[in-house]
Amino acid sequence: MDASRRKFLAQTLALGCSAAASPLVTPVTFASIPSDNRLVVIVLRGAMDGLDICAPLGDPLFTQYRPGLTKREFRDLDGYFALNENLADLMPLWKAGELGFVQAVSTPYRDKRSHFDGQDLLEAGLAETGGNVRESGWINRMLSLIPGAEQDSAFSVGRESMLILRGDFPVTSWAPESRVDMSPHGQLLLDAIYAKDPLFAQAGQTALTLAAQLSMAQMEGDAEDEDGEMMAEMLKSMKSSQAAQQASGLAAFAAERLKEDTRFATFSIGGWDTHLRQDRSIRNASKELQAALLTLHEQLGPVWDKTCVLCLTEFGRTVRENGSGGTDHGTGGAMIMAGGAIKGRKVYGDWPGLEDAALYEQRDLMPTADLRRYAGWAAHDLFGLSVAQIESTVFPGVDMFQNPGFLR
Amino acid sequence: MEQSFATKSAFRFGYGFSPTDRDVAGVDDLLAQLRGPDLGVAQFAGPMLEERLAIQRAYQQLRNTMKKGDDSVKPELKKATRLRNRMRGDDTRHLFQRAMMDGQGFRERIAFFWMDHFTVIPKGRAGNALWGNYIEEGLRPHITASFGDLLVSAVTHPSMLIYLDQVRSTGPNSAVGKRKKQGLNENLAREVLELHTMGVGGAYTQSDVRQLAELLTGLDFDKNGAKFNKRKAEPGAETVLGKTYGGDPAQRSHIEAFLRDVARHPDTARHIARKLAVHFVSDTPEQSLIDHIEQAFLQTDGDLPSVYGAMLDHPSAWAPLGQKTKQPFDFMVSSYRALGVTPQDYNKPSNGQINKRLMLPMQFMGQPLRKAPGPNGWPEEAEAWITPQGLAGRLQWSLSTTTRWGQDLDPREFINTALRELPGGTLKFAVAGAERRVEGLTLVLASPEFNRR
Repeated sequence: MDASRRKFLAQTLALGCSAAASPLVTPVTFASIPSDNRLVVIVLRGAMDGLDICAPLGDPLFTQYRPGLTKREFRDLDGYFALNENLADLMPLWKAGELGFVQAVSTPYRDKRSHFDGQDLLEAGLAETGGNVRESGWINRMLSLIPGAEQDSAFSVGRESMLILRGDFPVTSWAPESRVDMSPHGQLLLDAIYAKDPLFAQAGQTALTLAAQLSMAQMEGDAEDEDGEMMAEMLKSMKSSQAAQQASGLAAFAAERLKEDTRFATFSIGGWDTHLRQDRSIRNASKELQAALLTLHEQLGPVWDKTCVLCLTEFGRTVRENGSGGTDHGTGGAMIMAGGAIKGRKVYGDWPGLEDAALYEQRDLMPTADLRRYAGWAAHDLFGLSVAQIESTVFPGVDMFQNPGFLR
Repeated sequence: MEQSFATKSAFRFGYGFSPTDRDVAGVDDLLAQLRGPDLGVAQFAGPMLEERLAIQRAYQQLRNTMKKGDDSVKPELKKATRLRNRMRGDDTRHLFQRAMMDGQGFRERIAFFWMDHFTVIPKGRAGNALWGNYIEEGLRPHITASFGDLLVSAVTHPSMLIYLDQVRSTGPNSAVGKRKKQGLNENLAREVLELHTMGVGGAYTQSDVRQLAELLTGLDFDKNGAKFNKRKAEPGAETVLGKTYGGDPAQRSHIEAFLRDVARHPDTARHIARKLAVHFVSDTPEQSLIDHIEQAFLQTDGDLPSVYGAMLDHPSAWAPLGQKTKQPFDFMVSSYRALGVTPQDYNKPSNGQINKRLMLPMQFMGQPLRKAPGPNGWPEEAEAWITPQGLAGRLQWSLSTTTRWGQDLDPREFINTALRELPGGTLKFAVAGAERRVEGLTLVLASPEFNRR
């Protein structure tokens, strides 16, 4: 175990209460700066199960921990790790060295396992929750360090500004109207709060399905009344919003800008909180992610070669499958990287193993590195920020240690 | 945990908590809201009647010119159309803004109650242009007076005359009736007795309806506003509920005299008492509550503040919450308030945004604004609102609204702002365990605790 890893493991923080992360299905944020490289950060909200996306099938213990979830098909990556079948269309990227993973990483967030606090810390790039955690995001601080970045060279797209871009560096925003849907986990929570109220329980069963369909059919029925003009207008904007709500739509929009002056884009994909029937519940989010990455790859053209995509999540999930075919909130997780600028076809990270003693609190994958270190090296290699700048301003308190060298 | 006075008051008699509102400390705090000036209309109101009619008239004239083939007025018509649509959007905006105000919850709930009791669904060319004025001038100045004042004003307002066809009713023996061979339309007369005053179980007969219809003839409206048209008034006196009104020449005051009498009728007292109890307290209120309100109504000749006071006095007004559900309008207003959205925040959004954020959601939730199912207004019972479609509308709206306004709210704090001591363990647990902030906030807004009152 190297020195930095030991130091990182020692950082088990006492956590206070804090404001929650800025969550949403689909904000896209952009920034343009005078460098030829591009960075895309996709925030995976809800705690993506890194062990299901990049599964350590090479360890026989894993099948014992997850008898149900390992019965599914996976695509072999390197003889030890295997790719979730829902991401199978990404295999050509892997083979081309344009897709990679980092295993056993996490933010410094520990123990409370709250999505809100976890996402806060991930986007703020800080070591502790509470206090000023919601004041600025690490990408905003990064922009402020890049010489030549202009006031209007950064702007955000999305119905809300993501914390990751919040801060003193001025950002303007563009907000597409988009429909939002409840995540599978949110639907379960809703069932739970309706359980004791028969009226709500009864209506709630079909309400969610209807909520997802609320839009076109009903709208069109009314388009001919006296409000026709206005209704038609609404209809138009709702149609464009439906296209925008898909992650691939956001990715396409991001790609357009990245081909121009924009050097930085971020958006989020939710739906990763898979407590129940994970074989099914992880499907949508994975498909959205896959579509987003493929869209970026297709539409960026030659710019893809200068692009690094990092997919980050607030924490991992339990090593063991739970009683309902899902997994619960954990600690160490995985980070996904893609793009022509990365050295992919490799699973990076210091894999801690799955023996009981190797687990964090005997339940979670042990985080062996701060994921901020990887994001920090990306900022270093792509935009020329110094290690000192990153350790003091972008990710205060991070130990950058050695460059893992995942960029070409 | 026992429900506090402030919580019961905010849910049952107001539009819920807002982060900036003061807690109601006692019944007198609620009644005090009714003693002051109408702060809602002072801040958020549309043009007066004459201006509204002028805007409508200009639009109508330009349209007629266009129809005759004169395209040169097209730009002008476009402007006039925009002005007219703008007025309608503002009426919607103002309805929400007034209800969202701090310190006025009870008064605003009372205003909504009467708007529903005297439902007008905009109809005809001037319908939409007049609707906001009906609320602002026709109803609201009288909701703190006597029921008689309110009744006279509501029933004789142009909006009501158009909506319930009074403008189509002509005394068969009047000058106009004889010349044009026109006759009575009983619509308004019937609804005055059945809905506005005595109630469907009241002691009136078809003959009373007929006689009242004759008495009401002459109430008319043209493009300049309401007027009494003697040439449409049926000659002679009418006997309604055993009392004779009018005689020649017909006068508007004859109609007012009847309205003031029926406003004090015991059947009216019982009908109004029951409606208040059902609207505010419970879908199935205790008889003793209705009796108590009814007594106050009779003893004060329908002095409305005394009537409201009687409702607030009764112990069942302070029984535990949960006996009703919020209607969509109340749900939206109380959600906005809990999220800290202020009435001023709604000054900016354009007409199109008003439609998208306020009108369309109400339609999805089952309460399309200005389009009640009939002159009897919106249903009261929880089952009418908490349907799969209605709940779907609430969910979808909550998701998009918390996305827009809830960026900086922590669901674990928001649940306290919105619900104080009300949430059970399950809800608290679910809200804290949501995967995204928006979903946490949405769980609060979609919860039975927030939607019941």
